[in-house]
Amino acid sequence: MKKIAKSNLPELLAAMAARGKVYCPQPDGAGGSKFAPWTPGTPVAQGCNTRLGPKGLFFPQTEELVRFRVSGKELEIREAELREEPFVVFGVRACDCRALEILDRVFLSEPVDGFYKDRRDHGVVVTLACSQPEETCFCGTFGIDLTNPQGDVTAWEAEDCLWFRANTEKGRELLERLPLEDGEDAAVERAREEAREIAGRLPLHGLTTKGFERGRMLELFRRPEWAGLSESCLGCGTCTFVCPTCQCYDVKEFDNGREVCRFRCWDSCMYSDFTLMSAGQPRPTQKERFRQRFMHKLQYFPDNNEGIYGCVGCGRCLRQCPIHMNIVKVMKTLGGGEDA
Amino acid sequence: MQADVKQRAIALLKEGTADRVLGWKAGEFFYDLTPAVFETSEEVERDFVWSPFSAPNLSKYLIGETRKPGKIAAFLKPCDTYSFQQLRKEHRIDREKVYVVAVQCGGMCDIEKIKALAKAPTAIREEGDMLVVSTLYGEKRLPRQDVLAERCLSCKSTKMAYYDELLGDDGEDKGDGRFEGVRRLEAMTPEERYQFWRGELSRCIRCNACRNVCPACSCEKCVFDNPTSGVENKAAANSFEENMFHIIRAFHVAGRCTDCGECSRVCPQHIPLHLLNRKLISDMNELYGPYQAGADLETRPPMTDFRYDDPEPSVVARRGGAQE
Repeated sequence: MKKIAKSNLPELLAAMAARGKVYCPQPDGAGGSKFAPWTPGTPVAQGCNTRLGPKGLFFPQTEELVRFRVSGKELEIREAELREEPFVVFGVRACDCRALEILDRVFLSEPVDGFYKDRRDHGVVVTLACSQPEETCFCGTFGIDLTNPQGDVTAWEAEDCLWFRANTEKGRELLERLPLEDGEDAAVERAREEAREIAGRLPLHGLTTKGFERGRMLELFRRPEWAGLSESCLGCGTCTFVCPTCQCYDVKEFDNGREVCRFRCWDSCMYSDFTLMSAGQPRPTQKERFRQRFMHKLQYFPDNNEGIYGCVGCGRCLRQCPIHMNIVKVMKTLGGGEDA
Repeated sequence: MQADVKQRAIALLKEGTADRVLGWKAGEFFYDLTPAVFETSEEVERDFVWSPFSAPNLSKYLIGETRKPGKIAAFLKPCDTYSFQQLRKEHRIDREKVYVVAVQCGGMCDIEKIKALAKAPTAIREEGDMLVVSTLYGEKRLPRQDVLAERCLSCKSTKMAYYDELLGDDGEDKGDGRFEGVRRLEAMTPEERYQFWRGELSRCIRCNACRNVCPACSCEKCVFDNPTSGVENKAAANSFEENMFHIIRAFHVAGRCTDCGECSRVCPQHIPLHLLNRKLISDMNELYGPYQAGADLETRPPMTDFRYDDPEPSVVARRGGAQE
């Protein structure tokens, strides 16, 4: 295993930044943190999850696709080009890393999304194991080990040092050009043991996916509890936008009078015009929209993806829903609940 | 107070004053209460919570709830009663179908402020002015004042705008202290102020939580959600458009915004949106005389009223132009 003293973090980030941007969690100026390009002197945010996950670095909230400009009888069409810029994301947590694997299944299967693939190909993901999870964390429910995140490189904090393990060829190439020294990994094992102990006493530790197995789709779809669960939902897009796995998007146009810009943007199944068809709205009330979101995470997605659930237990929706309705409450109401 | 509130809710159901109760339902933690309708005394007994985390303003739910058959008892905080009156004034609530129980409030706590000082909280208890917070990483003692919600630190009034029944004492008007934040912005140069708002609004993710929670935003179909309106947008095509959304919304609710502060409470990106509304309230007070939306049912809101002596607060006027 490779290591560097935590006090040398700026030198480490500078070395990472030698061949492109390095995104890492930084204070967002409003008490939270966000992934932003690192520049010398900027502080790296401590704490667990950023308000928005790293999803936007690979699948931005808005992305220009093409521009049309008419001048006289000429129509000029300018398609957006791939960036092909190398970059590093440092400090991705285990849940968010799994979320990228979920997005991969959507965007890298046929038809492959060129923009997403470009960013995945050119981005190196350096994960950071959790040592102090939040009370809202429940990644364990989905089989994620918060002490052993994946990604191209895994990093741990232990005994005033940062420790690194490369998981992929991209990761090995990155580590080779960083100012690291060799070290024994006993300290990492101790840190992991401590974190595992905390994970074992998280309030949502016992939450299971019992009741959401394959074959229960229609039964779950028809459950009467959806009405009560969705009763006070505001129909805002908070849960979908802060969710690291929500991947639905819409294609929109903005006409400024001289030029039309066609772009895609995050969409939300909570919105009244989500997948609006010429025949009308297939999900006429908030109950159906609300049900869509959780059925997608807990049934439709796993049904199409070898049983992998579309939730990673990051806890962002628990923290940020204006009325505190969330997937945990849905799972406890409809599923087998917690293990004793 | 928790016991009183619960007891009243149960009594109202049992005596038949109401068929349903609108209140706050217990969650997974001590702080994640959800607005909910309770139909039986057992449900109330089990799940109804009145606590420093009963933050959601329940008034707007009454638009939908009063369209249903039967009568609903709504538990409202002082600030919520202003939203209730304003919605009545706009004929959005069928008053005959509501029984309002106003509950006096000592200020709501902001869980984000608590989490910033006590990571991973799992339980809380009050000891006088102190909150003792148990966390995954030990116990923390926090002065309640330090974790009060921003809107409660600048509360406009604890006097109820309306009630059928009052729990606790009626409060009082808190004066103009709430405008301090606006004064700080006014003291900035235009460039500083522009940069302040560009910075704050740059975090907007257009989730529409501010609009959807706002009791003044009660249109059946918002123009921004209507694909045929020509201005609908799910995301801003450029950063300036994003900024305009909030300014347009603030103007749309001017004179109707009661300053309940829900917009800032729900913003997942912590944008101080209430400052936009408060600036407009402050300006209207100055130009047209003190006015509190939702304080009564009779007075005409300044933006829909006309008087011959109305000032003309245009740039032209300030330059000593046509109106002078």
